[in-house]
Amino acid sequence: MSSKVLIEVRGLSKIFADAENRVTALNDISLQVQEGQIYGIVGMSGAGKSTLIRCINRLDTPNEGQIIYRGQDILAMNRQELLGARRKMGMIFQQFNLFMQRTVAQNIRYPLEITGVSRKAADQRVAQLLDIVGLQDKARAYPAQLSGGQRQRVGIARALANEPDLLLCDEATSALDPMTTQSILDLLQDINRRLGITILLITHEMAVIRQICHRVAILDGGRVVEEGDVDSVFRNTRSEAGKRLFGVLPQQASEDPDTPSLRIVFDGAAAEKPVISKLSQQTGVFVNILSANMNHLQGKTYGQMIIEKPRDPAENAAVIAYLEGQGLTVREVNTP
Amino acid sequence: MSWAQLWPLILEGTWDTLYMTIPATILSYLIGMPLGLLLVITASDGIRPKPAFHSALGVVINFLRSIPFIILLAMLFPVTRLVMGRAIGTTAIIFPLIISAFPYVARMVEGSILEVDRGVIEAAQSLGSTDWQLIAKVMIPEALPSLLNGAAIVTVTILGYTAMASAAGGGGLGAIAITKGLNLRKMDVMYAAAIALVILVQVITIAGNRLTKKIDHRKR
Repeated sequence: MSSKVLIEVRGLSKIFADAENRVTALNDISLQVQEGQIYGIVGMSGAGKSTLIRCINRLDTPNEGQIIYRGQDILAMNRQELLGARRKMGMIFQQFNLFMQRTVAQNIRYPLEITGVSRKAADQRVAQLLDIVGLQDKARAYPAQLSGGQRQRVGIARALANEPDLLLCDEATSALDPMTTQSILDLLQDINRRLGITILLITHEMAVIRQICHRVAILDGGRVVEEGDVDSVFRNTRSEAGKRLFGVLPQQASEDPDTPSLRIVFDGAAAEKPVISKLSQQTGVFVNILSANMNHLQGKTYGQMIIEKPRDPAENAAVIAYLEGQGLTVREVNTP
Repeated sequence: MSWAQLWPLILEGTWDTLYMTIPATILSYLIGMPLGLLLVITASDGIRPKPAFHSALGVVINFLRSIPFIILLAMLFPVTRLVMGRAIGTTAIIFPLIISAFPYVARMVEGSILEVDRGVIEAAQSLGSTDWQLIAKVMIPEALPSLLNGAAIVTVTILGYTAMASAAGGGGLGAIAITKGLNLRKMDVMYAAAIALVILVQVITIAGNRLTKKIDHRKR
């Protein structure tokens, strides 16, 4: 992976103010997104993440700071330059925001129409994009006739039409059911890998970060409270906000046990009970639970469980393989 | 009055009514539609905020809208004479009809365009649309069903105004109902003209509704 910085946010601040109230939505945010990365910004609602991503293409105007994109400050651009930059950044939305009076093909065609791509070239490009998002048979359908997942696929195709180098995702899976979320995440990962498009996404779901992001920033109260590679942030969550998002209660923040053990992170993607009992059935290994700290929210399980690490390396490997196969994150702790 | 006498009268009245209504509707859209769009884009949360201009335009539109047509008709006599060559008659009355209707059209258009989901406009902005592209390719097409429905309402309103044409020597079904019906105590003429007006309004309304449904792809 290339290590060139595609977009750099420097000292970004945004204050919403009216006669009575002053709300600091973003407070001195700085971060760098490398070319080819999937960069996730996660936070509870009200953390400022939506404002942040909307500042990147200036749908919102921050009060202070710089956004350097390919060596140019987006916030200092004139209208013409801004249009050019926007045409190189696609964006997808939680509510899809499709043109309701245009067919799927016409939606995808819109960015090509406004940049003056010839009819023939546009036809080809639309066909290609329909293929990428797997909607070849829906070209003539209207958005109202599509499911949520299909609508987001149209949104993705539309965002990719002008071959952008950056895709901004504003809670792109938050309006979708878990299965559809999975297929959209797979598609985004595929686009990142195959087309080399850098992705900057915001979400309130840790599961999204864990599944496709390379790097993560945790936003809380308009500040970046933690930033790093997804793996290391997962293994060693330091911020209160991060622990909350992982479902660990602050006062019970997991102290590592003395014995070699496995830490299992439940981030809402898998159920708790069947996993542990099935683990024993499937692998034939009986695990010893040392501690567990679980929260149940809307039928999903968040939290951590510490189990004793099986002595036998083969059994250990089987346990880890099974748990990871269930979509859980497993880390060895206290391993000599 | 016999049918043979009534028919030509009603047909002539219908023709005169449409002769006033249709050009007045088209011309008031020519003026009112751009103004409605201007109201939307210059609003403080619009794509080109110009708050001072926006409120000034709003004041003028509200002022014109608050004058009842029959009063405006009389007030405009000198101007109408200047513009149309004469102040009274079926053709001359088209001018005050336009002046009375375009502010109404501006508000109707403003309402329709504001119905377009803000997120859809933002999506178009995020793709690098110019302001003109936003207006011509997103706002108007996305609002088209609502604009069409509004046009049917505007047409019916202007049709209603034409009934007051007799006050300025104009023709049409309204004038027939009053001058050749009520004033001469020929109630059959008055009722016949009124029924013809009702049928016209029904036709316009139903046609408007059908067309609106046909072109709207939001629900299916």
